Amino acid sequence: MARSAPAPFVWGYRAYVLAFFLFLAAPLVAAGTFAFNDSLFPALPWQGFTLDWFFNDTEPKLGMFHDRRLLRGLYYSFVIAIFVSTLSVFVGTTNAFLFVRGQFPFKNTLYIVMVIPLVIPGVILGISILVIASNMANYFDRGLGIDLDFLRPGIFLVVLGQFSFITTITSLVITARLKKFDATMEEAALNLGATRLRVLRTITLPFLRPAMIAAGIVAFLVSFENFNTTLFLVGSEAPLTITMYDRMAKVGSTPVLNAVSFFLMVGSGLLALVSIAVQRDKTVR
Amino acid sequence: MVGAARHVLSAKRGRVMVQKDVRRLTLILLFAPFAMWIALLIVVPHIGMVALSLREKVAPRVYEYGLGNYIDFINEPIYWNTLLRTGTMSLLVTALALLIGFPIAYYIAKIAGNRTRGALFLLCLIPLWVSDLIRAFGWILLLRETGVISTFLQWTGLISGPIEFLYNDVTVIIGLVYTVILFMIVPLVSTLDGMDDSLVEAGYNLGGSGFTVLRRIIVPYAMPGIVSGCIVVFMLTAGSYLTPILLGGKNSSWFTEQIYDQFITRFNWESGAAFGFLLLAFTSTVIWLGLKLSGQTLANTVAKS
Repeated sequence: MARSAPAPFVWGYRAYVLAFFLFLAAPLVAAGTFAFNDSLFPALPWQGFTLDWFFNDTEPKLGMFHDRRLLRGLYYSFVIAIFVSTLSVFVGTTNAFLFVRGQFPFKNTLYIVMVIPLVIPGVILGISILVIASNMANYFDRGLGIDLDFLRPGIFLVVLGQFSFITTITSLVITARLKKFDATMEEAALNLGATRLRVLRTITLPFLRPAMIAAGIVAFLVSFENFNTTLFLVGSEAPLTITMYDRMAKVGSTPVLNAVSFFLMVGSGLLALVSIAVQRDKTVR
Repeated sequence: MVGAARHVLSAKRGRVMVQKDVRRLTLILLFAPFAMWIALLIVVPHIGMVALSLREKVAPRVYEYGLGNYIDFINEPIYWNTLLRTGTMSLLVTALALLIGFPIAYYIAKIAGNRTRGALFLLCLIPLWVSDLIRAFGWILLLRETGVISTFLQWTGLISGPIEFLYNDVTVIIGLVYTVILFMIVPLVSTLDGMDDSLVEAGYNLGGSGFTVLRRIIVPYAMPGIVSGCIVVFMLTAGSYLTPILLGGKNSSWFTEQIYDQFITRFNWESGAAFGFLLLAFTSTVIWLGLKLSGQTLANTVAKS
């Protein structure tokens, strides 16, 4: 700051910031650290370092990489997240072109409509999609005798539920990047005789690529950690957060959950770093 | 001559027409995914939810339309008390997150040196996507009777027996503030980052005190970030499920728990849909009021962060 504040104030301020970051780290450190404690309970005292909660293959210390249910949850989470991020990046990109390039009536209103899914509580998105899908399934079942299984709770509905609000995030990220695009680059290419499709493929999309990758990673992370929307739409193929919650509710806290937490924190932390690094790319400004 | 000119002219007009058609077709193709997303996954399901909430089961497979589910809500104090409690606690959590988060955001954006700034912001961005479940789990390990803090305090001799820190409102509030505060700090940092330092300097040079500068210059400038953070934090808190249940236990009385209870445990979808609509109406009203009072719009707050 330009005006130098009194020293005690500055030190107090710094202490406050430090305390905040300790507060931020404390539960995450606790959740991660007990994955390495050689004990049957995630609690003090410290019994020594072990990797059993990751790799051991026998009860009672069954490690996460040998725990069938957790692995299946991890697999379903992965499948769901891949679908959600692919779909939401695709629609996010078309939305970006629509709102940056398109001219149509009620554009500003529709832009706000695009933002709205982000401010609807996830629980509501979950139940409203559950209600409509079940109604449709019942209608087809009773009226026409067709069993539309994909409209019953399961992976398809989970993907739709997460997609419904994650698309807003990807749209905003990609729109922000497209707004920075210098339209003269496209004109130059067109004047040099390139077709519109070729311009899109060789100039516009490469320019958008960092934002698309970053949006895809964020979509992947949000999908992976989502609980509220998923809770209502989940069928027998439970993703990892649901499996973990079940385990916590039924078995209580066991260090294998710490191992999963550690694994997820490291994984999502690394992915978050990649998305930040990709977005830092400042080729055109 | 005239005929040739007319020919050229019509060819040109033809090309313009084709271009117009192409443009219209592109617009339709771009509009289709947007329209399908909003219509099929947002508008129609919400209409379906409201329609279901207006339906009442009078006998097996016999339904009547009416406001019965909402009347039940009003007649049962537990229901509306829970909604009221969820609402007030969410507002409290939002206020706390702003009060605690604003100085942090200001420090990161304006006071920290160049290198520290990047590192601190990164420390805020990386845990942003850690699941609520893991956060709550971490707090449980710290705060429960056999948890780290209780054990540590016994070891130091400050307390003689184990203490349970879980399952009370203070813990729920701390846990909620913890879960959402990064969604407050990140938009605030982005907004404050764009503020010119000379604005603050000018304020001081004109004789303003630290408080005046904060109130008249910094806060108005940061308003879009403040509103954006508050909207997202309020919505996330009011709609949260895991944190109140895991940290508050059976008596957390959070409204989302009532919705879950109606839908999954009692299989009373009609009343669950009514509860869902009430929660949505409540959060939307608060967000709308916040936008009106602060003179902001959704497009220049949430859409920018």
